[in-house]
Amino acid sequence: MHVGILYSRIRRDEKLLLNELRDRGHEVEKIDVRKQQFGLDRMTTDVSELDLVIDRCLATSRSLYATEFLDSYGVTVINNPRTADICADKAKNSLALAEAGVPTPNTKVAFTTDAALEAIEEFGYPCVLKPVVGSWGRLMAKIDSRNAAEAILEHKATLGHYEHKVFYVQEFVDKPGRDIRVLATDGEPVAAMTRSSEHWLTNAAKGGKTAAFELDETALDLVETASDAVGDGLLGIDLMEVGGAGSGEYTVHEVNHTVEFKALNDSTDVDVPARVVDWLETKAAESDAAEAPIA
Amino acid sequence: MSEAECVECGAELSLHDDLEAGEIIDCGTCGAELEVIDTAPPVLDRAPELEEDWGE
Repeated sequence: MHVGILYSRIRRDEKLLLNELRDRGHEVEKIDVRKQQFGLDRMTTDVSELDLVIDRCLATSRSLYATEFLDSYGVTVINNPRTADICADKAKNSLALAEAGVPTPNTKVAFTTDAALEAIEEFGYPCVLKPVVGSWGRLMAKIDSRNAAEAILEHKATLGHYEHKVFYVQEFVDKPGRDIRVLATDGEPVAAMTRSSEHWLTNAAKGGKTAAFELDETALDLVETASDAVGDGLLGIDLMEVGGAGSGEYTVHEVNHTVEFKALNDSTDVDVPARVVDWLETKAAESDAAEAPIA
Repeated sequence: MSEAECVECGAELSLHDDLEAGEIIDCGTCGAELEVIDTAPPVLDRAPELEEDWGE
């Protein structure tokens, strides 16, 4: 297949993917998103002959627009812009999960500091304030008191960008020092790991220690439903155990659409890039079949 | 293995063989993050600063 990789930074994840694609003899077109102009009918790089484009943009804003444009050109893009739109925004993510009946932390969104403070007080302490767009655990606040809430809200209100005035308040889930990251393709798990830390933030990007995790039937069902709720694709689904480690009871806090997988590749005995490319080959074949003229 | 000069401190960097344009490498001398702009021959520049919407 002829694959485009849309990127601005080649992380180890992209390198693993590039190597696997090239080792299998696939033709790869690296597309630096920073060098592109996206017109209404074409972009700087000719993508018309590509079987699919994988969005690996590091910047969410670029990912959202670039996938919209690619989709409008009739190019199969992984992940599609509808999925990206939901996953890039924590509020939309929460709504999609709740609408699909997936257990997800109780959440409220408010647009003023006064309304946000009311929401925080209703949740009680501790609770969590998150940016609606953001990743790697940045700007996440665990709020332990009204004094802290007032200070954090005042700071957020002066940060400047309008997104910081969308206050996303969430119940604090007392997880057992770890959460679970599942990489899935169209709802089918590729690999899963725990991310553990003594800090309340357990993100691998924050130094959380990773270890392979075996998904039980409940988790498998949740992964499938959560994936479907956001429109499927190549996704990172994050779960927390409620009621202690190994309780078999989960809440899904978010689904990520430009998922990193190097830590999963290191922590499990699954050849993650190989499994991802297996899936990409299937998607490219489906895309070809859909475009083939009916005899 | 090829070599290039750190644009921050001027130290000579040894680069691995499977270098990719867009990859980030660290200068072992000054710690600067450098982006590989081109691979043949290797061209390095200061890597972009972390932006608020970066992530997954």
